[in-house]
Amino acid sequence: MHLILFIVFAGFCLAGAINLLLQSHPISSALSLIVVMVSLAVLYLLLGAEFLAAAQVIVYAGAIMVLFTFVVMLLNAGREERTLGSRSARAVGFPAVVAILGVIATAILKAQGLGAANLSDPITGTEDLSRVLFTQLLLPFEVTSVLVLIAILGAVALASRGSGERTGTH
Amino acid sequence: MNALFHLWLIPLAPFAGFLINGILGRRLPKWLVTTVALLAPLAAFGVVLVAALGFFGIGKGFAPVIASLPFTQTCPHPWIDIGALHVDFSFVLDQLSLVMLLVVTGVGFLIHVYSVGYMSDDEGYARYFSFLNLFLFFMTVLVLAGNALVMFVGWEGVGLASYLLIGFYFQKKSAADAGKKAFIVNRIGDFGFLIGMFLLLANFGTLTFSAIGAKLAANPGWQGGALTVIALCLLLGATGKSAQLPLYIWLPDAMEGPTPVSALIHAATMVTAGVYMIARTHILFDHAPFALGAVAVVGAATALFAATIGLVQNDIKRVLAYSTISQLGYMFLGCGVAAYSAAIFHLVTHAFFKALLFLAAGAVIHSMDGEQDLRKMGGLRKKLPVTFAVTTVGVLAIAGFFPFAGFFSKDAILYAAYTQGASGRVLWFVGLVTALLTSFYIFRLWYKAFLGESRSPDAHPHESPPSMMVPLVILAALSICGGWIGIERFSAFLAPSTGLRAPDAGSASLEPILSIAAVAVALLGWLAADRFYRQRPVRPSQLSAALPGSYKLLVHKYYVDEFYGWTVVKPLIAISTYLLGWVVDTALVGGLAWLLGGTATFAGALLQRWQSGNLRSYAAWLAAGAAAVLLFIVVPWSTLWPASLNLIWKMAGH
Amino acid sequence: MSSLFSQEVPLSWYLLLSAVLFSLGVVGFLIKRNLITVFMSIELMLNAVNLSFVTFAHEWHAVKGQIFVFFVMMVAAAEAAVGLAIIIAVFRARATLAVDRIDLMKL
Repeated sequence: MHLILFIVFAGFCLAGAINLLLQSHPISSALSLIVVMVSLAVLYLLLGAEFLAAAQVIVYAGAIMVLFTFVVMLLNAGREERTLGSRSARAVGFPAVVAILGVIATAILKAQGLGAANLSDPITGTEDLSRVLFTQLLLPFEVTSVLVLIAILGAVALASRGSGERTGTH
Repeated sequence: MNALFHLWLIPLAPFAGFLINGILGRRLPKWLVTTVALLAPLAAFGVVLVAALGFFGIGKGFAPVIASLPFTQTCPHPWIDIGALHVDFSFVLDQLSLVMLLVVTGVGFLIHVYSVGYMSDDEGYARYFSFLNLFLFFMTVLVLAGNALVMFVGWEGVGLASYLLIGFYFQKKSAADAGKKAFIVNRIGDFGFLIGMFLLLANFGTLTFSAIGAKLAANPGWQGGALTVIALCLLLGATGKSAQLPLYIWLPDAMEGPTPVSALIHAATMVTAGVYMIARTHILFDHAPFALGAVAVVGAATALFAATIGLVQNDIKRVLAYSTISQLGYMFLGCGVAAYSAAIFHLVTHAFFKALLFLAAGAVIHSMDGEQDLRKMGGLRKKLPVTFAVTTVGVLAIAGFFPFAGFFSKDAILYAAYTQGASGRVLWFVGLVTALLTSFYIFRLWYKAFLGESRSPDAHPHESPPSMMVPLVILAALSICGGWIGIERFSAFLAPSTGLRAPDAGSASLEPILSIAAVAVALLGWLAADRFYRQRPVRPSQLSAALPGSYKLLVHKYYVDEFYGWTVVKPLIAISTYLLGWVVDTALVGGLAWLLGGTATFAGALLQRWQSGNLRSYAAWLAAGAAAVLLFIVVPWSTLWPASLNLIWKMAGH
Repeated sequence: MSSLFSQEVPLSWYLLLSAVLFSLGVVGFLIKRNLITVFMSIELMLNAVNLSFVTFAHEWHAVKGQIFVFFVMMVAAAEAAVGLAIIIAVFRARATLAVDRIDLMKL
């Protein structure tokens, strides 16, 4: 069961990712990415991370991707234009990607002592997660909240119409 | 040894004077500058006098300050102490340095007093006195030096002071050039001195004069060879400092400096440092007869050479300059026949009458408002009676008339030369001819400047102020009685430090005969000068017209300067311009700088292409970097190398 | 069938999936021309990394691995917000979303 679920949702992930690359309109890419996010949420569940699966759907698929979609619509981004490519990106980038993938894959395959996942494995409960989060890692938690606050301020400052040079309402 | 007596006070006073006048002089009132400047040499002279009186036990109830000479004082802290090389700061007072110090500080003080009057209108009054004090400091260090290195400090220092004072009127190009010439030519001599010092160190392991003397005294059989080389090197140094052939060329040019400077440095004291040095190291020269002979030959040749040039010079100071070179030649001749005390005796008397002549010339120049050309002078006898009187004393002294100072000392040298052997006779003859020429040119000067009618009727010469006249009178008195001590007593006094000359094959009656010969020759010179310059004033121009070649040769000083310019200066300048200027400076150094800069620029230009502003290429390079890091971390490189070797081995079929 | 249902999935497969997703993200970063799409590829990369964290958390039964994923999500959210704001500002300035046209930093 686990295997079938894994194969199906891993397939969705890969399909979504490849589709993201192949599509020319950004909105289609965004939607493919949502597919990837949701599939990943299922995979998290299979690995026993129930809280993370929920968070993935709520935060990533439900908030971040919606934000992306808003921006695409706001900027009225159309189909991708044909622009000059970057020679160095092709010459240097692709071999780099291949190398990265190769190295990591080799390392993974050579690794011994990796276990397996099973449906009957214990699920990490939210209670256990929050216990560690709010006792041992309270400081990073609070700092993260400050980080989010700063991000909000930054986003508002950057996206607002600045000192009014461009709009000339005065 | 009396611990209360401090030799270092002797150089200290002038050094303090130099510092005070040098640093604060411009801001101090003139009377203060003068006081400081005069106190310095006076204090030094005072200390020396106390030492002298103390030694002789004179002092009325005061115990002799110095129980015996030589008296050495060494600074407890060593100067150089590296491995085998050990050099101290040590001062030695013995008979030789005592005599020399009396001359240096005494005549120095008189000249300082004279300068107060002579330089009173000059802008650089304080600077002048600070340099003069600096000179005195270094000269006393040189004289008191107990080892060759301390002497070298003084040696170089007087060269520096000389440069500063010759180039005193530095706005004049000729003065600045003369200063440079003096310093550079001195440097060539100093090179000889340095090599001599190195060889001394190599052969004796020490630079202290007393130690060297002791070693040589203990080995009487050690002659020639290395000692000759050392002595010749030291001789080279002496010829530079004392303006002998071939390094005399700086002295005539040095007349660009103020006249009191010429009197002090280039007549009485600095130029005699070479003679002093040879007398100081006389044991070395005694053991190197070839070098000693070279000293004598150099001295005699220079004496004659310079005297011939002095015959036709028109500048009053140039005549005296060549005269100085010639008289220094006499001193070298004296050293060269191992009559060191005779040479020192002549050094002392020469200091008196040459300083006198220079200062008198200064008075004449001062009264003629800067005119130095003899052809424009004349008839000053009536206008400057006191100056005339003292000059006459000086002229008679230098010509060697009895009973003036020059007679005794010159005679001692000529006698010593004559009794030296066959070669000595030749040297004696050269000395005699030089005496004739000396008498001629000095009387020529006397006639042209003082007698006859004035050749520049618009001039209004006036007598100099008392600050200038008093030293002149004192020096004149010394020129009269300076020689009365007699060579025998003088030698006896100096014997502990300069050695006693073995009495030669010479009868007792020989000396008076030789003295009469010398005086006769001097008289002959006077008569000739009288004939030429008083009775028939047209004779000189007729003679020079009759022998134009020789006249030109003499007037142009045998073209020696031109010769040196052509053989030494021009090649050096060519090397500097072409080799060092073009090749080394422009090509090598410039090329190197260009290369470094060029590499940076080139690398920058190359790397600039990376900053394309293109997001994707940045991303690509990021990915590449990440891949590289991953590869570096993950791949087990240490096992890969033998594994790959194994693979190659296997593929090769083993 | 029971064997099929009770099959275990080796964790290395999860890790491989994570690696592949990551590489696809990099490829997307390199070849896409729209700025927003490029940004989406970055999000894909982050997710791939999250997957491998969760896998290892399962392997070693470490809750901290999952908490780290939590933090990564937070940071990704903040980053997305700010990044998109920047994209809007850039669009206002340059009126284009093509990556190759935004090269004012060129020397």
